[in-house]
Amino acid sequence: MADHSMSEPNRRDFLFLATGAAGAVAGAAAVWPLISQMLPDASTIAAGAPVEVDLAPIGEGKAITLKWRGKPIFVRHRTKAEIEAAKKDDPEIKIDPEPDAKRVKAFEGKAQEQWIVVYGNCTHLGCVPTGFAGDYNGWYCPCHGSHYDSAGRIRKGPAPKNLFIPDYAFQSATKIKIG
Amino acid sequence: MSEHHSTYVPKTGIERWLDARLPIIRLTHDSAVSYPVPRNLNYWWTFGGILMFMLVAQIVTGVVLVMHYTPHVDFAFSSVEHIMRDVNYGWLMRYAHANGASMFFIAVYIHIFRGMYYGSYKAPREVLWILGVVIFLLMMATAFMGYVLPWGQMSFWGATVITNLFSAIPVIGDPIVTWLWGGYSVDNPTLNRFFSLHYLLPFMIFGVVILHVWALHHVGQNNPAGVEVKNYAKDTIPFTPFATVKDLFAMVCFMILFAWFVFYHPNFLGHADNYIHADPLKTPAHIVPEWYFLPFYGILRAIPDKLGGVVAMFASIAVLAFLPWLDTSKIKSGRYRPTFKIFFWIFVVVSVLLGYTGSQPTDKVVLSLGGRTVLDMVGFAQILTAMYFAYFFVVLPLLGLFEKPKAVPASIADAVLGESKK
Amino acid sequence: MMIKSSRPLMAALAVASLAFIGTPALASGGTEHPPAQKWSFSGPFGTFDRAQLQRGFKVYKEVCAACHGLEKLSFRNLYQPGGPGFTEGQVKTLAKEYKVKDGPNESGEMFERPGRPADRFPKPFANDEAAKAANNGAVPPDFSVIAKARTYERGFPMWLIDIVTQYQEQGVDYITGILTGYGAPPHGEKIEDGLHWNRYFPGNKIAMANPLVALFDDAGKAQDANFYTDGTPVTREQVAKDVAAFLMWAAEPKMEERKQTGAKVILWLIVLAGLLYFTKKRIWARLGDAH
Repeated sequence: MADHSMSEPNRRDFLFLATGAAGAVAGAAAVWPLISQMLPDASTIAAGAPVEVDLAPIGEGKAITLKWRGKPIFVRHRTKAEIEAAKKDDPEIKIDPEPDAKRVKAFEGKAQEQWIVVYGNCTHLGCVPTGFAGDYNGWYCPCHGSHYDSAGRIRKGPAPKNLFIPDYAFQSATKIKIG
Repeated sequence: MSEHHSTYVPKTGIERWLDARLPIIRLTHDSAVSYPVPRNLNYWWTFGGILMFMLVAQIVTGVVLVMHYTPHVDFAFSSVEHIMRDVNYGWLMRYAHANGASMFFIAVYIHIFRGMYYGSYKAPREVLWILGVVIFLLMMATAFMGYVLPWGQMSFWGATVITNLFSAIPVIGDPIVTWLWGGYSVDNPTLNRFFSLHYLLPFMIFGVVILHVWALHHVGQNNPAGVEVKNYAKDTIPFTPFATVKDLFAMVCFMILFAWFVFYHPNFLGHADNYIHADPLKTPAHIVPEWYFLPFYGILRAIPDKLGGVVAMFASIAVLAFLPWLDTSKIKSGRYRPTFKIFFWIFVVVSVLLGYTGSQPTDKVVLSLGGRTVLDMVGFAQILTAMYFAYFFVVLPLLGLFEKPKAVPASIADAVLGESKK
Repeated sequence: MMIKSSRPLMAALAVASLAFIGTPALASGGTEHPPAQKWSFSGPFGTFDRAQLQRGFKVYKEVCAACHGLEKLSFRNLYQPGGPGFTEGQVKTLAKEYKVKDGPNESGEMFERPGRPADRFPKPFANDEAAKAANNGAVPPDFSVIAKARTYERGFPMWLIDIVTQYQEQGVDYITGILTGYGAPPHGEKIEDGLHWNRYFPGNKIAMANPLVALFDDAGKAQDANFYTDGTPVTREQVAKDVAAFLMWAAEPKMEERKQTGAKVILWLIVLAGLLYFTKKRIWARLGDAH
């Protein structure tokens, strides 16, 4: 079975290359649907449409937890004292420095400092922190002991980042749209 | 293939290191590269590779579908529609899997008939052949349970009818059926266990396929001439590149047929009734199994006795396992057996017609003379069933004793030379 | 040689592998087969006629929806590619017309709210028993996949030819047939109370009264000539075809994507098969045999 007939090497090589390339393209094209099917499907994406949240029922010093795209979102109505304390601590934030003003959004040019809207998952490993708890009376994550202040900023513990703020905007003074 | 020694030579240090510990590259090289194949194999021999491709394609698309399917009577049908509508390329996965089952059976039937024509079941390939029959049985069980999963009308009534076959067994029949169902009828427990087994069996098939290929590589392939390899240099060629490229070409041609159904006619091989949610209170007017079961279904309905029908149906498959000993001829290839050839083609036609009877209503008239029914579908199926079994129990045993075969070439190389002269 | 010995085998196996196929859901007795219609979506390059789907949706919504659900579909499907081509805004407005059950709220009550694009079409009846009670004991079937769940026997050799011609519009032809097949029973036929005569329904006796009486008078004249806003003439056949086309899309919303992908895949496979054929020939030429 010696490999004879080595004539016309160019045409032969081209044929083999073209065949191999066409086969490789076919194989790659067949792989894409297999990967793509694991991405969020159309119903999941549709169910993750933006939601509107009415803030009126949330009294001062209270907070609610709502579920959006399968994750908890904390909406907290801060008291004047909490806001003052958080602002005063701005220079103290060491782990993920961010002023209190950056943790809130404005409506018609006016900062809505009383409203804190954050994802309710600890930035360490995703546990849900307990509200009105911890050394700073913001949130405290029982999993690995991360302490957040009332603006959701990490103050102590293993979490590397402040609680993430979802995309949201004020529709009116008492209504936000998340997403 | 005791004469076939390993020709693998590790080239790098890493290969040498691995070869001394786990000679997997050597195994691959010996069985897929240097493995000697008879040089006269025709395209009917490419279906083994095609079947391997189909098995992998079914497992891959199946694993994907399971990521989105819900095995529960209340959600199964909806989850299949969810796959069709919402999941990215879900329609492709499902249609490829559903039509893939049919393609798998088309390929396996060609593979089986090829083996029967060229006498591939004869010594020393009996175990290889029986392993093939085992694979065929596992395939049938897998396909049947898979068809139940969408929980449409055909799923439900197919499951009901087939599981009820076991009630024909005397005394323990009914307890067995209850055990299969996990209840008093086909219901959620049945769907759940069928799902579990439908996922398990393909891996068992894979295991038996490994044995099948092992047996094949041990005894070497049969070939159209039906004579064994005598001189490796003259009679065989290395698997790669010769068989590899030929198999690939055939595989891609087969994929065109597959794609035709998947993309252009995805529901042709299915039943419209399976797009109706299962309803335990209403049987569809005309229930039939998937096309690949029809010949056996035809045999089942040919026998007017419940137990007899079930026995005949299982016997029609089991008889294949005894083929090596029922065929008394010393000649392997049908090419050199003129009388066998005729009976073989009659057998093929009988199998097709049995499938036809399985698809038709039992009271349909096949032949009538002067307004009087001479033959209805059951009668027709009975004649065909008799012919089916006669092939195994009468024709093959006797033919070997009385048939005058043509001259068989002395070697594969001679067979090839003889052909090129023609 | 190969060709010589394999031709009969090939032919027989081709027949063997295909001869079993085609035993449709509705075995028809003496019932007529519905005539085959022309559909924009048939064939390998078929696409849906957007305007027709929009008209069909209007017919569904105003005539069928009171009894027949569309529970596998969401409003958002109406603006996805390959569909009727409504805009997202139109669908949002449409969804708001529907009351969707949601909840429970803070007090544990279920409540109704306006629909959103992500919602599924609400069911016309709370459950099958309610549907039966309202419909003379019969449950009006859901329409999500009805166009694939209905067919009629094609018979030999048509079903074989269908593989090549890709005819697979039995379902829509049947739906069109049913909607246009109502009439007086032939002389001597008795029709029981609560049943209606239909040329194309298996057994001819159908429980559903002609649904199109809402749109046409006895002479077949449209009650409202401006039922369609795109100027399409309002005739029985047109309405039947439009709603059938809409139901085909509802049953197979990815059909366009499927056929378009198919053309690319098959073309590519043919190219690959051609290349492999020549590669094979070239490699086997090394043997110097007759292969």
